[in-house]
Amino acid sequence: MARTAIPGRLTWRAATVTAVRDETPTARTLTLDVPGWPGHLAGQHVDVRLTAPDGYSAQRSYSLASASPTVELTVQVLADGEVSPYLGTAVKPGDQLELRGPVGGWFVWRPTDPAPVLLVAGGSGIVPLMAMIRTRAAAGSRTPFRLVHSARTPADALYATELARRTRDDAGLDVHHVWSRTAGRLTVATLNTHGWPPDFAPACYVCGPTGFVEAAADMLVALGHSPRLVKTERFGGTP
Amino acid sequence: MTASVDGNALAGALREIFAVDVTAAVVRCCGCGQAGAVAQLTVWAHAPGLVARCPGCSDVVLRVVRGPDRAWLDLRGTVALEVALPAE
Repeated sequence: MARTAIPGRLTWRAATVTAVRDETPTARTLTLDVPGWPGHLAGQHVDVRLTAPDGYSAQRSYSLASASPTVELTVQVLADGEVSPYLGTAVKPGDQLELRGPVGGWFVWRPTDPAPVLLVAGGSGIVPLMAMIRTRAAAGSRTPFRLVHSARTPADALYATELARRTRDDAGLDVHHVWSRTAGRLTVATLNTHGWPPDFAPACYVCGPTGFVEAAADMLVALGHSPRLVKTERFGGTP
Repeated sequence: MTASVDGNALAGALREIFAVDVTAAVVRCCGCGQAGAVAQLTVWAHAPGLVARCPGCSDVVLRVVRGPDRAWLDLRGTVALEVALPAE
């Protein structure tokens, strides 16, 4: 860790947890202080590395949840997880972890992008999409945004309070929730009603578990959206 | 069944080797000729390294393994990488 950072070279940095807040019974957001953080784009992620006293180390990718330059990660605890139970339950302010990034240049949204935006989130797949909503607000962007968020129940939905406030305060942001335990899975009809017409050529960002993402991306293409404009990020529930 | 992720998860490992973000590059598969963003490859991260397969034909297009002081990058399943760069 004492290596001198060569500009442009990706290196591990020591990050300090400055705040922890509960989002749902199984998800927490960590605010991190990362000296020398170069700033990030909405949708980018970081790699986090944890090393045990015996030298065993484990590494995972987490999407940034915040607008730059704030560094926040929202960690969903996976029952059979190796890294997420520590970050999601044990870690506390003052603790340090190793982080590198930001990385990823494909699943990103820039406030200079002119197209309207459709965000489709399955469960904690909302995290990078929330970074886009927050970045839009921070930049004072007027780009029309629509979010369709599928979660099992209202208690499982990340950022529900903030999204309710932003729906009221952020002009041009619409949010539609699908509670899958009662309403069933996301349907073509929901995406047709709460998305954008394909004629508007919206930029579509779909993030969630693999099955959800493949189904939603297929629906968007079936509705007439160009596959080139449908960007996906899948996580398989990495333990 | 082991869950897969996608090529977005390759960003850190490839950014260690390349000067630009390669996940936004277009990769053409040796197996079937399909071209698409590296970010859209199917990635298995539970091997000793990262194994990226073509979403069209499931052939391996890229593998990267990180050792303590070096990395191995196997691109034999890749015809070409098309990388957007700033105009000269």
